Amino acid sequence: MSPGFPPGVAIFIVAFTILNILGCLWLIWWTSRGAAPAPQAGEKAEKTGHVWDGDLEEYNNPMPRWWLGLFVLSVIFALTYLALYPGLGNFPGVKGWSQVGQWESQNRAAQAAFEQQIASFIDLPLEQLARNDEAMRTARNLFAANCSTCHGSDARGARGFPNLTDDDWLWGGTADDIYQSIASGRRGTMPALGTVLGEQGVNEVAAYVLSLSGRTAPQDWIEAGKAHFQALCSACHGPDARGNPALGAPDLTDDVWLHGGDFAAVRETIQNGRDSEMPAHAPLLGESKVRLLAAYVLSLGQRSDAFAGLASEEANTDERNH
Amino acid sequence: MSHEVVEKRLGLLGVLIVIVISIGGLVEIVPLYAQRSVVEPAPGVEPYGPLALEGRDIYIREGCYNCHSQMVRPLPAETARYGHYSLAGEAVYDHPFQFGSKRTGPDLARVGGRYSDEWHRVHLLNPRDVVPESNMPGFPWLAERTLDGEATRRKMIALRRIGVPYSDEQIAAAAQEVDGRSEMDALIAYLQGLKFRGQAAASDAAQAVQP
Repeated sequence: MSPGFPPGVAIFIVAFTILNILGCLWLIWWTSRGAAPAPQAGEKAEKTGHVWDGDLEEYNNPMPRWWLGLFVLSVIFALTYLALYPGLGNFPGVKGWSQVGQWESQNRAAQAAFEQQIASFIDLPLEQLARNDEAMRTARNLFAANCSTCHGSDARGARGFPNLTDDDWLWGGTADDIYQSIASGRRGTMPALGTVLGEQGVNEVAAYVLSLSGRTAPQDWIEAGKAHFQALCSACHGPDARGNPALGAPDLTDDVWLHGGDFAAVRETIQNGRDSEMPAHAPLLGESKVRLLAAYVLSLGQRSDAFAGLASEEANTDERNH
Repeated sequence: MSHEVVEKRLGLLGVLIVIVISIGGLVEIVPLYAQRSVVEPAPGVEPYGPLALEGRDIYIREGCYNCHSQMVRPLPAETARYGHYSLAGEAVYDHPFQFGSKRTGPDLARVGGRYSDEWHRVHLLNPRDVVPESNMPGFPWLAERTLDGEATRRKMIALRRIGVPYSDEQIAAAAQEVDGRSEMDALIAYLQGLKFRGQAAASDAAQAVQP
């Protein structure tokens, strides 16, 4: 890879570098020239003429040969380096090495190793992939690196970020649905209904929503809320409030709550709306890794021990930390 | 002895020291000002929008660089985790750049688009609400403080003087985009913009590798 210097600058770099190296050689020659030979036994060594404190003097011994040799070796090293590697202006070096080129070849090797590692199982249908122990070991690491920041390292989610270990799916729980959710992302928008419903209207709809999962609320609020619900909410959540996976509209009758299920939280959701986004991961991770992750998420529902290993690793970390 | 000439004339000694020290800079620093891949924007790199620009200043004010780098090195382990390696031409509009040198938290050069805006909001308020293992501090005051668009306008004028190509229209529209927004909005806008801009840049780099 050519460093891309304009010609004038390239010439300046080459000339300056060569001059500098020649200057070093000259300095070595100049300082060693005419130095007195090492004094023989009994002979008095030559002195520099420096005197401190009246009687403190300095011998002018020549530098040891091996020491001078090191300087010459460093010049030879520099010239060899500049011939092999980029350094002299736009000259790429006879090895043709570049940082990007090194990354490309290392990355190809890493990619090939990964593909070999997953070759025996990656073409299986997702349902079978989810039962493949070797695949799930790789997938568990991928999940920890890429998914756990939102969904938690145990995949149980957090407020606003879905739990992936239960049977409740906002966007559908088939292998294909899960693959789509990871690869292309999802965007679930609940519009803010505060201005349409008014303060009391929001209370009434929230009361009706609570009653759907068997909780108590003032009966007149529930009645009024049901009317509002049929007019404003049923288009997405369905007339029976069981939700619609095509829109990511949650089932409101099952007492599983993404943004909190107490009166205040439900009220806030209706008042201000919600805007939830699962970013598309195919561009970030590539197809193979998305397939592994989809199978892993599928396995969370199929096998209760799928992340048991991860949980115990965490427990160990916790112990170390305390 | 001729080294006496240098040792006994302080002025001459000073001049010679300056010459010796400047050689390193002349060879290693000065040519970079003429290197295309360093001084020209990488493909797809645009100056920050007004809100992201404010977010960048908040990033600096809160010291995010103390724990987060923005420099993906060309190593397979890093590019697999974060994305495309960083290019010098991505930092041409950064004054100063935020390469950082320490990763207590992850690198952020490719964090844009990885999480939803809502995740960033929750995470900045209290990171442990979404990542129980996190040791990052919360920044709840960002949601309470609002921005002054006039300051943004003046910052953009200052940046234009040192070479960031903002147009008059962009500067005129800045105050309106920023006024009344929270510092949280600005920081999230900045973070969501931290991503690799050009696949074109990737293929250029790949071509340049061919001998």
